Amino acid sequence: MNTEALIMLIGAQGVVISLMCYFFYRVLTTPPNPEPDSYSENDDVVR
Amino acid sequence: MSQTNESWGSRIGLILAMAGNAVGLGNFLRFPVQAVQNGGGAFIIPYLVCFLLMGIPLLFIEWSSGRFGGKFGNHSTPYILDSMVKGRVLKYIGVFGIFTNIAVVSYYAYIESWTMSYVYHSLTGTFSGMSQSEVAGFFDSYIDIAHSTTGIPYEAVLFYILCLTINVYILSKGLKGVEKVAKIGMPLLILFGIILAARGYTLGTSGASETFPDANAWDGLNFLWTPQYSSLLDLKVWMAAAGQIFFTLSVGMGTIHCYAAYLKSKDDVALNAVSAGFMNEFVEVVLGSAIVIPIAAGYLGLDWVLNNAGFGMAFQTMPYLFQQWGPFLAAMAGFMWFGLLFFAGITSSLAMGTPWMGFMRDEFGWSSNKGAWTFGALALIMGLPTVFFYQQGVFDEYDYWAGTVSLVVFAMMETILFSWIFGMKKGWKEITDGADIVVPRIYKFIIKFITPVMLIVVFLGSVFAPKDNDWSGNFKSLFSGDGWALSNASIIKTISQSGLKEQLAVATDPMVIESLNDKMFYINMARIMLMGLFIFISLLVYLAFNKRRKEGRATL
Repeated sequence: MNTEALIMLIGAQGVVISLMCYFFYRVLTTPPNPEPDSYSENDDVVR
Repeated sequence: MSQTNESWGSRIGLILAMAGNAVGLGNFLRFPVQAVQNGGGAFIIPYLVCFLLMGIPLLFIEWSSGRFGGKFGNHSTPYILDSMVKGRVLKYIGVFGIFTNIAVVSYYAYIESWTMSYVYHSLTGTFSGMSQSEVAGFFDSYIDIAHSTTGIPYEAVLFYILCLTINVYILSKGLKGVEKVAKIGMPLLILFGIILAARGYTLGTSGASETFPDANAWDGLNFLWTPQYSSLLDLKVWMAAAGQIFFTLSVGMGTIHCYAAYLKSKDDVALNAVSAGFMNEFVEVVLGSAIVIPIAAGYLGLDWVLNNAGFGMAFQTMPYLFQQWGPFLAAMAGFMWFGLLFFAGITSSLAMGTPWMGFMRDEFGWSSNKGAWTFGALALIMGLPTVFFYQQGVFDEYDYWAGTVSLVVFAMMETILFSWIFGMKKGWKEITDGADIVVPRIYKFIIKFITPVMLIVVFLGSVFAPKDNDWSGNFKSLFSGDGWALSNASIIKTISQSGLKEQLAVATDPMVIESLNDKMFYINMARIMLMGLFIFISLLVYLAFNKRRKEGRATL
């Protein structure tokens, strides 16, 4: 690949992958709201 | 009104279901073709700009509108909009949010059924030893339902009905069924995509042959990613980028509202919306760009790709390319490629069932089971003409009106309603309430001014699409007093079927004239079907309104 194409590919894909990972990290690490919340799988978790 | 006990099992399940709703066949087939046709690497710049200025705002609007409507027990757009904006007529704008889904799923499930059938044919070695033209011919035979490719009579119809049945069965299990499919389907889709993309990046010149000695996968990647900055000044590229962002996110359909309506008011929508949005972008920009174009360029050369890039490559070209990897790998690659497309399709088609089911449960107390099977029946009634008269243009007609125009119209109207009638003060509160991220305040300005203007431009761009898609040239022509030449694909000319009439005017062969007249008849029939569906849903909204009025719950 030529340098310009490579820079564009790495730049665009890097931005998209980084932001996706960042937002998913935030989703996974944000503490859930106290019950009752919208999600049924944690209904038996006492906080 | 029936109170629902339905809810999402987990936050990740909701995000995967939302991402699955957005990720569709277009991520792998439409995006790379749009990039090839619009300046290669330069396309990505307006594309990402449109994502930030139109895509993310629309996601915020639809997620927060859905959650707002859900607080009042509404799970489909007619009464979600009604709960936001008081007015007897405005709920009928929400009809689009049910109509579009039934009309789109009726033909979308047909494409989905092709992917199921091609998984079967890949695994059983149907394409083994076929030439490129034979693989392309197989597809043509497949959609010609009178002609069986495998000895199974009416194979295309059987796979279509099987596909709809699978969708209906999962939908009848409610949100839990949808969530389970998303939790299995999305990781598999990404896994298959990564494996195929790895092949796209490593193929290099190893696919060159005597027929295509210059074939090189890097040429495909170079073309996709080398920025041609001059095309940034071309309006055509910006219109294409805006259109791609619009269709890839499944906005303007009513499905996002419906999914978000099952959230509680204190739950986040901002972080969920951007997470699902960026997951869709990952599948499109990272995986979608690395499969079809580089692999096709690696075996057939860049010139072939530039001349033949299109939706049909998925079914007419890819199975042939996979055959170059030997029988076992060809079967595996075919299984992964069509399996990936199947998961992309089914996670979207399931989403299309939920607005109808939500509406019928909220207004008439229908169970999930009843809602799902009637949705399947409606989709079947609407969809069989697309299967039987595919080659007569019924499929394309549905796609144009329901899958393109309706989305733009609804998104434009809902954005104006949200920003200007519901009001940005309340709208901003809805977006930021319970948010797990800080939403930049600039988005308040963007949602109020920039997104509506962009959507109006996209809408007007569809109404007045210029001849040869030459935006810059037509503006010069307009300002120099030579007028604006409309494309036959513009809404204005499509309504009057100008393209077909032009073909009829120059046709001399009686067979061709008969065929064109037939096509016009089937297109009119498709339009009547679509209008009938829209009127039917409007009537249901009216009946629901009367029922609410009798119960003292109506907005007057």
